[in-house]
Amino acid sequence: MLKTIAAAMLMSAAFIVTAHAQDGGKVTIVTSFSKDVTDPFKAGFEAANPGFTLDVQNKSTSSGVKYIDETKVNNQVDLFWASAPDAFDSLKSKELLAKFTPSVTGLPEKVGSYPVNDPDGFYFGFAASGYGIMSNDRYLEANNLPKPAEWGDLAKPEYFDHVAIAAPSRSGTTHLTIETILQGEGWDKGWGTLKGIGGNLQQVTERSFGVPDAVNSGQTGIGIVIDFFAFSAQASGFPVSFAYPSVTTVVPANIGIVANAPNQAGAEAFVNYILSEKGQEVLLEPAIRRLPINPALYAKAPEGFPNPFKDPRFQSMITFDSDVSKKRTDVVDTLFDQLISFQLENLKGATQAIHAAEKALAANEQPAARALLDEAKALAAAMPITAEEAASKETRDAFTGGEEKTARQAELEQKWAAFATEKYAAAKAKAEEALNLVD
Amino acid sequence: MALVASVPIRPAAAKPGQILAVSVIALFLAIFLVIPAGTIIYTAFTEKGTGALTIVNFIDFFNTDLFRRSFFNSVYVSGMSVVWASAIALPLAVLTTRFDFRGSLVIQTLGFVPLIMPPFVGAVAMQLLFGRNGTVNLLLNDWFGIRIPFMEGLNGVIFVQSLHYFPFILINLSTSLRNIDRSMEEAAQNLGSSGFRLFRRIVFPLAMPGYLAGASLVFVKVFDDLATPLLLNVKDMLAPQAYLRVTSVGLTDPMGYVISVILIAVSIFAMWLSAVAMRGKDYSTVQRGGGGLSRRKLSRGESAIAYGVVALILLLVLSPHIGLLLLSFATVWSFSPLPDAYTVAHYGRVFGESSLYIKNTLIYASLAGLIDVVIGGAIAYLVLRTKVVGRRWLDWAATAALAIPGVVLGIGYLRTFYGITLPDGTPLATLWVMVVLALAIRRLPYALRACYAALQQVSESLEEAAENLGATKQRTIRRIVLPLMTGGLLAGFVTSFSTAAVELSATLMLIQSNSDAPIAYGLYVFMQSPAGRGPGAALGVIAVIMVALCTLLSHYVIERRQKALGTAK
Repeated sequence: MLKTIAAAMLMSAAFIVTAHAQDGGKVTIVTSFSKDVTDPFKAGFEAANPGFTLDVQNKSTSSGVKYIDETKVNNQVDLFWASAPDAFDSLKSKELLAKFTPSVTGLPEKVGSYPVNDPDGFYFGFAASGYGIMSNDRYLEANNLPKPAEWGDLAKPEYFDHVAIAAPSRSGTTHLTIETILQGEGWDKGWGTLKGIGGNLQQVTERSFGVPDAVNSGQTGIGIVIDFFAFSAQASGFPVSFAYPSVTTVVPANIGIVANAPNQAGAEAFVNYILSEKGQEVLLEPAIRRLPINPALYAKAPEGFPNPFKDPRFQSMITFDSDVSKKRTDVVDTLFDQLISFQLENLKGATQAIHAAEKALAANEQPAARALLDEAKALAAAMPITAEEAASKETRDAFTGGEEKTARQAELEQKWAAFATEKYAAAKAKAEEALNLVD
Repeated sequence: MALVASVPIRPAAAKPGQILAVSVIALFLAIFLVIPAGTIIYTAFTEKGTGALTIVNFIDFFNTDLFRRSFFNSVYVSGMSVVWASAIALPLAVLTTRFDFRGSLVIQTLGFVPLIMPPFVGAVAMQLLFGRNGTVNLLLNDWFGIRIPFMEGLNGVIFVQSLHYFPFILINLSTSLRNIDRSMEEAAQNLGSSGFRLFRRIVFPLAMPGYLAGASLVFVKVFDDLATPLLLNVKDMLAPQAYLRVTSVGLTDPMGYVISVILIAVSIFAMWLSAVAMRGKDYSTVQRGGGGLSRRKLSRGESAIAYGVVALILLLVLSPHIGLLLLSFATVWSFSPLPDAYTVAHYGRVFGESSLYIKNTLIYASLAGLIDVVIGGAIAYLVLRTKVVGRRWLDWAATAALAIPGVVLGIGYLRTFYGITLPDGTPLATLWVMVVLALAIRRLPYALRACYAALQQVSESLEEAAENLGATKQRTIRRIVLPLMTGGLLAGFVTSFSTAAVELSATLMLIQSNSDAPIAYGLYVFMQSPAGRGPGAALGVIAVIMVALCTLLSHYVIERRQKALGTAK
């Protein structure tokens, strides 16, 4: 036993030594992307830039941000590479990113209506991603369901208990989807749609990949996901479909150089590589399937691959105002958690009652019952705060730990949760009353 | 734990050696557990905005419906999981230790495998089998038009947790059963007791230390576990709430840390309660008959029933691993009872890299297991056999490690050790040794409980006899206590080792480069994309086989030892 352990320790000492014996050209990158994405880029980058080696550290977006923040005193990371623009915003505001001007020129400034790069040059879009609806064909067929095309479809009674979403507080990409809907439809109507979808949810997952995973394996039929999850699943042979709803947006996935990077030259070389035509072409590989930021690449794309620069669908997409989004990020996420994720049972109960009453009324229209049902719907959709209140300084300070003493986050959460519990119960009661009137 | 009352203890004054031991362990726990976790958890006691000390956050906790509901859900789920885990573990433990049953070794090993549930893939495999549209439910729906919600809500959590953690009871109870002196049983038989009465009145009570060690571990582990509720999307339990709050981007919410403090308090309370249950009872037996309980031969009919029961239980508890195996060979598996087609390509994909991951895992997990057994054994000895001041604090501190979310410990390590630089300029926190220490701290409670149970069964009179014959304390420990505790120490090592081998949450924060990564990290990297599911599962299968082989080896050693003891008599 002791000998084995001694041998093990020697072995490990040996590999630690070899790990540090590299030639100083090590480029360390923290990323949320899977091996399927990072491996081809690593191979391509090392081939194009001999002497450099790419060391990939895989962390979820949120732990990546935390990690870079916690280790800033003696930073060992050169690059941060992830999808969600808000993570980069957060890093930038903490002054954890370095300014850089890539040597690659001639790339478009906007994709859809979203600026590709950070206006101050702290991070750069390298691929575009749109949000949409992914569905499992076998699941839909077995349950006799049509393919949903719009966000509003997901609120329809036939999709009850068939939809999955990642919690926006956990997934930067889902947060943007929610924000897109809120900006596209307005605060109150947008939340109405979200709660309508919320009432049909089968699960709220705690990580982005949980949704495509559940759809791929057929545990759930429909998921709200970022496009490449669906495209790469299709490329891997899973029986899934994907649709961009008309109210959506394409946003860039980004890369940025970390402030005080130990290998600044290597970091710059990687950013230049990933924006170059060679780097962009890697995005089209079947296991990756993300939309390149360089329009020229679409000539090489497979049949049916969406082109956000040509496709008219993308041109009509709404303008995404990231300033509005930034101001209320925490509030929107917490509202979603408190009104939908943690109230799922109550919300589903109310939704089911409303669906039942709706169905009965469709067969036997009665004004009194209709009025009750409308009341029920209004109750279910009611919001504890307005858009102005959500963006107000008092509310925001509760979440940011600001200098002044304000309401604590826990107090607000309890208030909103109690509001939701009460309204959902009332909505359920009204809808049941309506149903009784019709029967 | 306040177990000292169990045996009348000689009022021996603390020896310098004991004080030294306490100080060294206290220092270790302080540096690698209390300080790192404390730097994070401190937030729970500060006021927003001013940073002044306050308990207002705890008042908020109890004023929030969600947290109150989470608290009761967690208690309920943990309690029920103990009940079901006992139902699974009892028959297996009894059959393999009390009866002449072929394949006991296999059962003891296979019954252990559920603990080794690799992160993410294990979850996917469970969903594919038992999920709403998993194999079982798709078939049930086809045949009878019904679905059973195995994996939904709190009952789903209880289902998965009891399958996952019953080995804690199995391994500790089996060790206890093996350590019972045959003469106790024979005495009872001479007095006319037999069958179930013998088991209920004599055998089971004598095995109580092991059972309680296992049961309290299951309770606390389920209470503090966040992976399973999250994979089932159950969020209104305490541990997931803490995790969700601690890991969100940009939030500076103290509630996550408040919940951590409450998790720690409840865990220690549960351990204390299990100690109270044992108070005033003596479970040690003096004579070492060797070979443990007598093994009865089963009649042909009994044998058939026994095999049936065992096969059924094993099939159930190993189903996640069967699912994992299928997944690792599957091309596409989507909304169908079985995969569409099979391939070995996934193994080819991970083959090149897996050797590095396996090597790292074996090094990290065995070092962590070793540290745990040494420290756990020392703490158990200090608490049960000495009156040194502060010994119970060691026990409580070590137990608290169970309740600290891995990610909190990971961030704490970064904060505490990142500022310290090594001669070559790299931060201390990035050294792989830190991963080992984090794993050792996280798994220390497992080994500690096993060492406890083992030492409780060793009668002090044996040590007294040795000392009367002139042996020194050190010599007594080395020649008497340690040999008699071997089974328990090995049980502790195996539990720590095998669970450390698939641990991810703390390591994810501390791993600095792919060349230092253990297998759980490799799995995580694969499991983020649709094409990575198969290779991830393949890596999971490799991890399970690797850990199972090591477990089998240690069981083999125990069995051989027991046999040697038996024949020596």
